[in-house]
Amino acid sequence: MNTWTTVLVACALAFVLKFSGFVVPARLLEGPRISRISALLPAALLSGLIVTQTFAGSDGRIVLDARLAAVGVAGILLWRKANFLVVVGAAAATAALLRLAGWS
Amino acid sequence: MTVDEALPESRRKEVVRQGVSVGVATGLYGVSFGALSVASGLSVLQTQALSLLMFTGGSQFALVGIIGAGGSGTSAIATASLLGIRNGLYALQVSQFLKAHGPKRMLAAHITIDESTAVGIGQEEPAAQRIGFWVTGLAVLAGWNLMTFVGALAGNALGDPKTWGLDAAAAGAFCALLWPRLATGDGRAAAVLAAFIALLTIPLVPAGIPVILAAVAAVIVGCMAHGRHERGEDGLPGADPTP
Repeated sequence: MNTWTTVLVACALAFVLKFSGFVVPARLLEGPRISRISALLPAALLSGLIVTQTFAGSDGRIVLDARLAAVGVAGILLWRKANFLVVVGAAAATAALLRLAGWS
Repeated sequence: MTVDEALPESRRKEVVRQGVSVGVATGLYGVSFGALSVASGLSVLQTQALSLLMFTGGSQFALVGIIGAGGSGTSAIATASLLGIRNGLYALQVSQFLKAHGPKRMLAAHITIDESTAVGIGQEEPAAQRIGFWVTGLAVLAGWNLMTFVGALAGNALGDPKTWGLDAAAAGAFCALLWPRLATGDGRAAAVLAAFIALLTIPLVPAGIPVILAAVAAVIVGCMAHGRHERGEDGLPGADPTP
């Protein structure tokens, strides 16, 4: 699939999901189990994204490199209640400096 | 519905100020999205299209992250859409206080995101809820798109993204988005289980698929929590599914 198709299909689906909440009867989506699962979906997906962004190397190998250190720094900063941009910037700086120092 | 009493001017200004400041603060994150998107191989125009048309940060980061990691378009779309389901649930709540029809309702749907919903629901008076929702949503839309453009241009000028650690910045952004969702026990359980699923499946399936498989963790934890409720162990820390 070319990138434009991916972008536009994903945009269309994002709008459909938002709009559906305005037109679908609330009771269809308000079962306790459904609402619990949908409330937990972002946590599961974001956690999966962190793991793949940190450990996945090319051709599906697990790699330990500068990205792991960057995520560690991000975790410490979040624990210290740092701002979003500080966390993102520090993660990038950590990886950049480690690479400058010659570590993958 | 009852006719709303007019909102005092001072109160109206207060809500508008709150919405605008949330818009400015959230808009700033657009810089990181713009830079990461371009670093993932999208053009400036594609990056801007995502901020303008998709307009939901978590899904945008996920889409470009998976494309950048070499995942298929289908898995990128699936992950972004799964992350976007929560906006539909926000819309259910927003539609309770927002009386919009036709094109205005389409626009309202487009700006139904974490921030506009939170500010809207956070107000007491129905008139303030509506002002809070509209001002916040439109302010974030403006700020997010402006700063996406700045970030995309900056990212383009930087050259090789790995030199600047931009690939690690994506992981950092996901950490920051995940953090508030670890406040409940169920959130933590889903995150840990998802991490294991992703780690175990990275060597087995194509890029992008491990993230979708990780979503199963939400189903497992959601159903187990259901069992807990049925056994009358309600009130456990984190048993409340509300984000």
